Amino acid sequence: MTSDTPAGRRFRVFSRRRGAPSRTRRRLGAAVRMIAALALAGGVYTAFAPGAFAEEPRQLSATALEGKQLYDNSCITCHGRDGQGVTDRGPSLIGVGSASVEFQVGTGRMPMTRQEAQAEEKKPQFDKNQTKQLGQYIQELGGGPQLPSGELVENLEENPEALARGGELFRVNCTSCHSFTGAGGALSSGKFAPALHDATPETIYAAMLTGPQNMPVFGDNQLTPDEKREIITYIKVQLQDDRDPGGIFNLGGYGPSTEGIAIFVVGIVLLVFTALWIAGKS
Amino acid sequence: MKRRKVDLQQAPITAAKGVDERFQAATPLRALLNKVFPDHWSFLLGEIALFSFIILLLTGVFLTLFFDPSMSETAYDGAYSALRGTEMSQAYASSLHISFEVRGGLFMRQMHHWAALLFMASIVIHMARIFFTGAYRKPREANWAIGMILFLLGFLAGFTGYSLPDDGLSGTGLRIASAIMLSLPVVGTWISASIFGGEFPGHLIIGRFYIAHVLLIPGGLLALISVHLGLVFKQKHTQWPGPMRTNTNVVGERMFPRYALKQGGFFMAVFGTVALMAGLFQINPIWLFGPYRASEVSSASQPDWYVMFMDGLVRLMPNWQIYIGDYSIPPLFWPAVVGLGALTTGPIFWPWIEARKSGDKRIHNLLERPRDNPERVGIGAMAFTFFIIATLSGGNDVIADKFHISLNAMTWAGRIGMLVLPPLAYWISVRICLGLQQHDREVLAHGVETGIIRRLPNGQFIEVHQPLGPVDEHGHPIPLEYGGWVVPKKMNRVGALAPAVKGFFFPVEKPAEAPVSPGMPPISGDSREEITSGRK
Repeated sequence: MTSDTPAGRRFRVFSRRRGAPSRTRRRLGAAVRMIAALALAGGVYTAFAPGAFAEEPRQLSATALEGKQLYDNSCITCHGRDGQGVTDRGPSLIGVGSASVEFQVGTGRMPMTRQEAQAEEKKPQFDKNQTKQLGQYIQELGGGPQLPSGELVENLEENPEALARGGELFRVNCTSCHSFTGAGGALSSGKFAPALHDATPETIYAAMLTGPQNMPVFGDNQLTPDEKREIITYIKVQLQDDRDPGGIFNLGGYGPSTEGIAIFVVGIVLLVFTALWIAGKS
Repeated sequence: MKRRKVDLQQAPITAAKGVDERFQAATPLRALLNKVFPDHWSFLLGEIALFSFIILLLTGVFLTLFFDPSMSETAYDGAYSALRGTEMSQAYASSLHISFEVRGGLFMRQMHHWAALLFMASIVIHMARIFFTGAYRKPREANWAIGMILFLLGFLAGFTGYSLPDDGLSGTGLRIASAIMLSLPVVGTWISASIFGGEFPGHLIIGRFYIAHVLLIPGGLLALISVHLGLVFKQKHTQWPGPMRTNTNVVGERMFPRYALKQGGFFMAVFGTVALMAGLFQINPIWLFGPYRASEVSSASQPDWYVMFMDGLVRLMPNWQIYIGDYSIPPLFWPAVVGLGALTTGPIFWPWIEARKSGDKRIHNLLERPRDNPERVGIGAMAFTFFIIATLSGGNDVIADKFHISLNAMTWAGRIGMLVLPPLAYWISVRICLGLQQHDREVLAHGVETGIIRRLPNGQFIEVHQPLGPVDEHGHPIPLEYGGWVVPKKMNRVGALAPAVKGFFFPVEKPAEAPVSPGMPPISGDSREEITSGRK
């Protein structure tokens, strides 16, 4: 420990006072101490009491201000003032970004009907414009992921391999919950991965970016924006648009479960009635 | 030139005579063509299985022409753009080739798969018919056992076939099969390594399953089906009790022409149904599953329905691992090895168990109505309830998701239901049987309820009963013996109404004359008045 520490300095000042200072020196010292104390008090006040500035309106854009209005009416009960969250009711929204708002509010999941395992998709409560305003407000509040501008579905004319690559990525990353056909699947305790049949490219992108409900976040480090677009291309082109051959009905794409039901409900019932008919002829 | 005179009418006779002189076919053929089969709709359920097996053979032969059972890697370069450039096995690539490039290939694949599901489904309902009517009793115990083995072979054929395309779903099924082998204590790793030729999945399994699926198992099925039908021929078909039917005769239709024509028609109906389903309903869209990668397991990965009960038992099994020294018995062992083994082999011995229990050594060619043996019905109901709960639990994630039920709740419902519901099903079905029996006896003793209420002079109301047989000097019916067959319980069954016109779309026969009672003129179809409320 060197003597150039604050403690050492204090000790030196203290020891010097032990001598017999002149009157002028004493007065001068008093004045310096006074100024120093005032500066310290003012500095500490400035450092620890920013409340005077907090009361000032944030530099919110006009859109965000509109969003704040909506927020204070519909979201504040659970997410708290300024998106800080309320314990046991709703999480903080600082840093979730506008992408999260686009997903949750745009698909009607928020505002939630009630607290349950997972927010259900329903008719959106806010129109597109209002969702944008809310998103802008949350974005300006704490930053976070945003949807990129531009086309989210690859052009297969220019980039034909995107479809197969998207399929590969979809099977690796998405099927364990959403299933091969995008029909969705159950998770534990009433949670679930929803079906992807009516998901828009924006919704899917926002979901990957923000990991809503029980979905993990697929940040840009895990799946690059290009890879995300390829996955969306696969979902859009292969699973949503009618490109699925093999009959008029795909039985929901739930695999052997519904196929087993179909063989009894259609096959066996048809043939038992045929048997009744044939045996009835005498 | 003199024209030779050909007597067309004589031609078949001379031709047939020529054949008989050479092959002595007339006598055995006459016996065959005159063979009598009893006719009842429930006797046709086994035929559905037979006919779907024929469809399986036909479509299966078509598929082998294009399928390549090789696990060597290739980069896909076919018509399906969403997989182009993907590394996959030859087996999967050729399955895609069948689906997208072979003309009619996808339809054939779907027909093959639907026929397989129908084969197993009809085996199960045929078996239920045999069980609940007691058709397996002496002398037909062996045929019951063969039927159970046929189910087991069908199970294996289905599983090997499900694995052949080498897609994501079939690979997941194979992984489970390898896990089941590994769960066998001590020998598990050896068995798995010898079947897969090393570590799962190896490079051999598709080729091995292919030969099992197209040669060994169908060969076994064909042989056992021949024995199954041969025994039906030799032991003759059972029949329902009824007028003129005894334990020593067979009442029915001759093999030729009526029975053969009906069977031919029914084959067409089965073929049509399978083709209809193959054309309308997509089954096993392997192109969406992608090539098998051990890291890709989709949600809702299920086996076909007849394997689902095993999957369900595995899902319901609690996580109880038993350690014995250096060895362990994983929880999977109990449902998948012990459970599957017991459930598929145990029922084979049922006919002998029942005969021993009841001490019944007689020959039974007449069927028993289910209600006349409540205990058998109870045990059957118990077995089917167990099977259905296990099967539903095999798809419990899909049920949980689509009906918004917690998956954990589904698992617990399955666990508790599996213990509680089968005894409940036993009790309920026994009570229903006893009730039906009692009602039969009551009608035989007192007659049919007419729906006519009479008020006696003392004010009491009674319902008039129509006796089914003779009456004593007081007008009371003399109780009749139960004959093991349907007791008429409605007045129109004993001729009170004009008989129903038979025929599906239009009458095929003249309606029989209803017996005319002097007091009640017969009612014809159009002379009834419309019942109105009385207000205009």
